Amino acid sequence: MHFEYNVVSGDFSNAGTASSQIKKVLKQLNVDSVTIKRIVVALYEAEVNVVAHSYGGTIFADIDTKEIILRLKDTGPGIPDIKQAMKEGYSTASPQVREMGFGAGMGLPNIKKNADKLDIKSEVGVGTEVMIMVKLNDN
Amino acid sequence: MDKQYFHHALKISEANCIGCTHCIKVCPTEAIRVKNGKAHLFENRCVDCGECFRVCPVNAIYVDHDDFNQIFNYKYRIALVPGVLIGQFPENITTQQIYSELLEIGFTHVFEVEHTVDILIEAREDFKKKNPSIKPLISTFCPAVIRLIQVKFPALVENLILLKSPLDIAALYYKKLLTDQGIAEEEIGLFYITPCAAKIAAVKSPVGENKSEITGVINLDFIYNKVYKSIKQSGKKNCMIPHSDELDAKGILWSLTNGEKDTTDGRALAVDEIHNVIDFLEKIESDEISDVDFLELRACDESCAGGVLTSGNRFLTVERMKKRAKASEIKINDSSCFSTELQSYKKYLIENMNVSKIMPRSMLKLDENMSEAIKKMGKMRDIMEYLPKTDCGMCGASTCQTLAEDIVMQRADITDCVFIQRTMEQKGSMTMNEAIAKMKRIWGDKFNTK
Repeated sequence: MHFEYNVVSGDFSNAGTASSQIKKVLKQLNVDSVTIKRIVVALYEAEVNVVAHSYGGTIFADIDTKEIILRLKDTGPGIPDIKQAMKEGYSTASPQVREMGFGAGMGLPNIKKNADKLDIKSEVGVGTEVMIMVKLNDN
Repeated sequence: MDKQYFHHALKISEANCIGCTHCIKVCPTEAIRVKNGKAHLFENRCVDCGECFRVCPVNAIYVDHDDFNQIFNYKYRIALVPGVLIGQFPENITTQQIYSELLEIGFTHVFEVEHTVDILIEAREDFKKKNPSIKPLISTFCPAVIRLIQVKFPALVENLILLKSPLDIAALYYKKLLTDQGIAEEEIGLFYITPCAAKIAAVKSPVGENKSEITGVINLDFIYNKVYKSIKQSGKKNCMIPHSDELDAKGILWSLTNGEKDTTDGRALAVDEIHNVIDFLEKIESDEISDVDFLELRACDESCAGGVLTSGNRFLTVERMKKRAKASEIKINDSSCFSTELQSYKKYLIENMNVSKIMPRSMLKLDENMSEAIKKMGKMRDIMEYLPKTDCGMCGASTCQTLAEDIVMQRADITDCVFIQRTMEQKGSMTMNEAIAKMKRIWGDKFNTK
């Protein structure tokens, strides 16, 4: 099953819309609550990243009985050094973003912690594509 | 599957129900549908919040409570009173007067349940210490919130504080107090005067406990009328004054918004009104809000002062209770003999304060089997393409989304939608009579054309 959500750059008040929609879907699909939480936390972090750092993007979610694959594609500055971005506490967020409670540099590490697979492709000056995979418990 | 029976205090009177859409529109768990011109309740979804009761224009939704006269089946008749009862009355009627009238109308003892909050606070802080990894801990004071979490936020049942409410602790205490005086258990009737429907449901089918200690539950508005009438008619003041057990400020304010929050350390938040609670729990569930240690959540606006069975204006009730709390802070120094009596039972109460694990009972899943659920969801999305998304309620469900769900769950048909009907009529695949017959099944006599 396929879902798509548009993410607007700088719209922090609506950051979290996609993750709460996905959460509702997963509850309806009878996915266990621990797995739901991991997915939603990872997606929320990734969604906030798109809002905070890109010029805008799209979330594609594909769900089957085995796994959920989330792809976040954005256009924007890209990530020059992915290794560094994966480090806890590393952040390029502006002071304004930090004031809003975001930008603690825990985003990517937190996604990695919650995902079964995380893949980041980025091209400086073009954009970033983040792929998050979480296995679902097929009952 | 979900065949288990849950007691609901909210009932729909078929005789009074006129089949409108007020209740289906406000229900926060989509638990009501209109069929055959009457509202019907899905028992597994209802959390007894009482929103439907508030909006029903013809009082067809009523709260099923115990008959007052059954108190006389017991030699010892204890009125377990919530602090908000006092807040219902105008300020010229004293707490003493209300107490004495409760005795006048038939009770032998009066006890305000919030006397027990000091012991509860101690137990709660201990629970917090023993469970440092659970964040936030969620109060189990409001029974509608417990049920809401069970059906709508199953992941968060882990966060509930597994301790009895002040009411249950009060019942435990009073029963023990009297039996220790040599009174037989069957002579004791413990009656709670309730400001809401959820408390009735909590007594009749408790969550996390096998059986409640409480004998019966009587509506607060019924007692308010009876006591007020008695005061007006007797004309005299303080006919019989029970010994003074002045509640302390913490106890008085407990059932109001911030009442619990203000008694705990760390980062604590208080949220009232059920839709606000739902919004907040959504954020908690997704970890959008973290680092909160304690959450006080209440289903009613202004908490128990806004309970569906209260008669006073909630803001006036809050005002009166706050004044009372202020006055008691001044008096508190000459502490009553009463608190020492309760203190002597502290150990017993703390030992018996735990409730067992609260289980989730999610109402959201489309199927136990995930591949079936995915099929159903695919179907729901297809159906949504055809539905008008006006959420008009003419199909008997609150929203098009709810109808789509009912269709895949085989509780409804796509031709229940008036927009679909008109389109089909235009295409010639449905006659007007067939459409009218459809509507009659939902709206009953309203389609009797004279």
